[in-house]
Amino acid sequence: MGNLLTIRGLALEAGPRRSPTRLLRGIDLDLDRGEVLGLVGESGAGKSTAGLAAMGHVRDGVRVAAGSVEFDGQDLLRLPRGRLRRLHGRHLSYVAQSAAASFNPAHRLIDQVTEAPRLHRVASRKAAQADAVALFSQMHLPDPGGIGARYPHQVSGGQLQRAMTAMAMTCRPGLIVFDEPTTALDVTTQIEVLGAIRDAVEEHGTAAIYISHDLAVVAQMADRICVMKDGLVVETAPTRTMLDAPREDYTRSLWSVRSFRRPEAEAPAPEPLLEGRGVTAAYGRVRVLHGLDFAFARGRTTAVVGESGSGKSTLARVLAGLLPPEAGEVVWGGEPMEMRLARRGSGTLRHVQMIYQSADTALNPRHAIRRILSRPVRRFTGRRGAALEARVGELMDQVELDRALLDRRPGELSGGQKQRVGIARALAAEPEFVICDEVTSALDQLVAEGILRLLVGLQRELGLTFMFITHDLAVVEAIAHHVIVLENGRIVEQGGRDDIFERPRHPYTRRLLASVPRMDPDWLDRARTRDLQPHA
Amino acid sequence: MKSLLRSAPPTALFGMVVLAAVAITAVFAPLLAPYGETEVVGSAYQQWTSAHPLGTDNLGRDMLSRMIFGARNTVGLALLTTVLAFVAGATLGMVAALKGGWVDQVLARAVDVLMAVPPLILALMLLAIVGASIPNMIAVISVIYLAPVFRLARAAAMNVVGLDFVEAARLRGEGLGWLVGREILPNIWSTLVAEFGVRFCFVFLFIAALSFLGIGIQPPTADWGSMVKENATLITFGDVTPLIPAAAIALLTIAVNLIVDWMLHRASGLET
Amino acid sequence: MSKIQRLVLGRLALGLLTLFAVSLLMFAGLEFLPGDLAQQILGQSATPDTVAAFRAELGLDQPPHIRYLDWLGGVARGDLGNSLASGRPVTDLIGPRLANTLFLAGYAAAIAVPLAVGLGLMAALWRNTAFDRGANLGALSAISMPEFFVAYLLILFLSIKAGLFPTLARIDMASGPVDALHATFLPALTLILVVVAHMMRMTRAAIINVLASPYIEMARLKGVSRRRVILVHALPNALAPIVNVVALNLAYLIVGVVVVEVVFSYPGLGQLLVDAVSSRDLPIVQAVGLVFAAVYITLNVLADIASMIANPRLRHGS
Repeated sequence: MGNLLTIRGLALEAGPRRSPTRLLRGIDLDLDRGEVLGLVGESGAGKSTAGLAAMGHVRDGVRVAAGSVEFDGQDLLRLPRGRLRRLHGRHLSYVAQSAAASFNPAHRLIDQVTEAPRLHRVASRKAAQADAVALFSQMHLPDPGGIGARYPHQVSGGQLQRAMTAMAMTCRPGLIVFDEPTTALDVTTQIEVLGAIRDAVEEHGTAAIYISHDLAVVAQMADRICVMKDGLVVETAPTRTMLDAPREDYTRSLWSVRSFRRPEAEAPAPEPLLEGRGVTAAYGRVRVLHGLDFAFARGRTTAVVGESGSGKSTLARVLAGLLPPEAGEVVWGGEPMEMRLARRGSGTLRHVQMIYQSADTALNPRHAIRRILSRPVRRFTGRRGAALEARVGELMDQVELDRALLDRRPGELSGGQKQRVGIARALAAEPEFVICDEVTSALDQLVAEGILRLLVGLQRELGLTFMFITHDLAVVEAIAHHVIVLENGRIVEQGGRDDIFERPRHPYTRRLLASVPRMDPDWLDRARTRDLQPHA
Repeated sequence: MKSLLRSAPPTALFGMVVLAAVAITAVFAPLLAPYGETEVVGSAYQQWTSAHPLGTDNLGRDMLSRMIFGARNTVGLALLTTVLAFVAGATLGMVAALKGGWVDQVLARAVDVLMAVPPLILALMLLAIVGASIPNMIAVISVIYLAPVFRLARAAAMNVVGLDFVEAARLRGEGLGWLVGREILPNIWSTLVAEFGVRFCFVFLFIAALSFLGIGIQPPTADWGSMVKENATLITFGDVTPLIPAAAIALLTIAVNLIVDWMLHRASGLET
Repeated sequence: MSKIQRLVLGRLALGLLTLFAVSLLMFAGLEFLPGDLAQQILGQSATPDTVAAFRAELGLDQPPHIRYLDWLGGVARGDLGNSLASGRPVTDLIGPRLANTLFLAGYAAAIAVPLAVGLGLMAALWRNTAFDRGANLGALSAISMPEFFVAYLLILFLSIKAGLFPTLARIDMASGPVDALHATFLPALTLILVVVAHMMRMTRAAIINVLASPYIEMARLKGVSRRRVILVHALPNALAPIVNVVALNLAYLIVGVVVVEVVFSYPGLGQLLVDAVSSRDLPIVQAVGLVFAAVYITLNVLADIASMIANPRLRHGS
């Protein structure tokens, strides 16, 4: 038994004892010294709960129903509080998803990073500080000697995430649990943090549990991958085996979404439905868009991509009429378009529709689906009575939802169903131009794929023009005809999808494309050694 | 409803029983009271007897009858005042959140000024100017308590206004009435209901305090706050009678607070 | 000038502006009065000559903005006009009573603040225990009781039945501070009971809020002891909300003082205000109202400034 960590039959539950919510339903995990185990699953699979339980930690209100967590020969779940505390930070450490929230705003970074070695008497204050500086520089933090004197809010998110990894390293623990450490970061930052984490783990021979919903990320970090679903382990295998030959249907389904492609071969670009010239917009005095020239081809999907703060959502707000531009004009079918919502006629209101990222906030939770759909039908098409009723039913058919759902409220629907209702509401206006704002990024992969297929089908059937805002380049590759790349409120490049993906001209586009994790365990190495060349 | 009552803790059940008892007393006051509200039935400050279970007051009126009519007057006026403050405050709050810009600024600054003065002081000053009477008191207190309701409704509405379904309604060209009544109000309703309980307690105590100070509900109207004031001398003789209306005020306020506490607890439990 | 200095100065300016707005509000209240104020106060039987003289006395024959500026100028010079009832200068009436009121409020605050923060801290740490539930129920009952009820209960038991304290709080500094503290113990205790309840509930909520932060879980996972988590990790961040809670409740205390002073016939500002309102002695109402508003606004401004300074994000700019 050279095992460092052995979890057997672990079951955790929360809520009332009579009808508990079962978070983990009996899982087994093993981890060798120096090994990195990837924990993958969709939201609600129990990954984070399992990660914390591996440290013997259960959150307030969560109970251990059964099972054991054995670390280095001791059962963590039955250890007295004091003994467990002596392991925490010393032999077991944790890296949380949000570094900004997990650093105490009241103390300097260096004091927080050196707290564990000082408390556990691993090193003197001086030695701990020297070691922290060494770790900072190993994590490629700028100004390793000085950054510790700063407070958390004075440091960027990517840097904090690296500082937190350094903090987890200070006592050279046997095991580190990484809980989605890069999920909140932009892709170009993510790649740097991933590299730094992997170097550190390899150098110190630390065992780790790496939790993520993103398989491609886990594939870079883990020796073995464990797929979880609904509080159970579905499949565990070495990384390469898992990628090449997954055994379970569920595991395979996690892969398949990446293989979806819009059917090819469409006629050359038709005339534009909507064109912008020199569009400039600002929030107050902060200018967010700087003179954009763009065009959306009729009946096609144009993806607008960029990282957070690039201005892609602002562009959507401008076109929707919510944020009148400071300068520039937008032409719709050859006529100048009214940019102030209050002045738009019902025709323009009708022709521009939006579908939102989060179906939870896009639908009024207090209205039944019938009301959500019938209101726009009435307003935009004037149908009443039986005609209205028929049209609402037809919309449900178009988005492939059962008409029986009409009398439910959004809270009673699944995430994918809610997103379909959101699409139906946009269709109710019989629009020409539909703005899709990150419509798949809040959804699990399988559900997201279903939504993409639906949108492609609707476009073909109704001739819709889509503006597709997303940060997920895999989605762009799957459904876009044209791509606009935004950086800091400027268009750095635009063109046909294949041109952008295969022959990117602008360095930022190349960097962006190269930063997207690929389903290939060697991607991170290649991306780093080739110093961010475009992928083949 | 039945299961809801069964799930209520003993404290909340106690609150509901008290609330129901006060409500029944208030509604059927003329039937329940042995004497008239302002009827002089004997000499002043009589002891507790079978004819006058709580004795008589400083003018020789039956204490019990005045307690019963007091339930109607004190609670009724507090309820009316709270409703007025809520309708005005919540409507303005939601409109401010939706409109934003200068409408929001003007309303928010006006409310800041109202809330910059302690409520009791403001009420005393305003009542000194307009004179103490029941309509004046209701108007003054409604205006003062409109301010916190405005802030709460505005803050709650702000959370909703930013949501995509409100944006979707705006993009459809919906008017202010629809946005306030159909999109926002249903989503902040539970917050407002809990706040109504809290505010009712404040208003109720506030009116009691004003009446106690002699500036609220004016004689000869029976009212719990002024009844304490009118008979306070008895306390120096060790007689607890003047404390009965005060205890009634405390009991009803505790009852409402216990119910509100339970409602808030339930709401937070359901959300997580 | 650093960011925090700008914020503090801005808040001070806003406080001053609010005070002006309040004085204007009080003044405007008089303007919008239906009918003639002098006539109303003097009653229908007053002769036109008396009314005219009274109008001149109030300055009602001047245009409103002149009167406002006059009045404001007077306030700046410490001249608040004369009482309508006694003809004495308002400043003379207010001075000693302000001292009495501040003494009573300070007395109550000195005991209430540490008590409430301590109880709130304990309730938060022992959340959902019998202590927490008991404290919560006690606090809920205390805030539900009218101040005069608490006051009369204390009088009945501690004064009349037990004979420990006087029923009327006559303050006489000449007989020594111990006697003064004894004589005013019951009104102070009344205020303490009411304020502690509010302050304890709010302190508890503030601390529970901080304890739910991810950085507290992180500290626990670093193996930090419970004591150190509270003292080093939670308290510095809970300081700003607690300071705010304290200041808010001190402001509340200023208001509670009015009723308590009336019950105990304590010669303070609250008593004066209530009498002036009953007799519609407007110069006194205006002046006392302004003093109360000024104290209240000052406390609120101090609370905001204290929580700005206690906030590490603001203290160490970005």
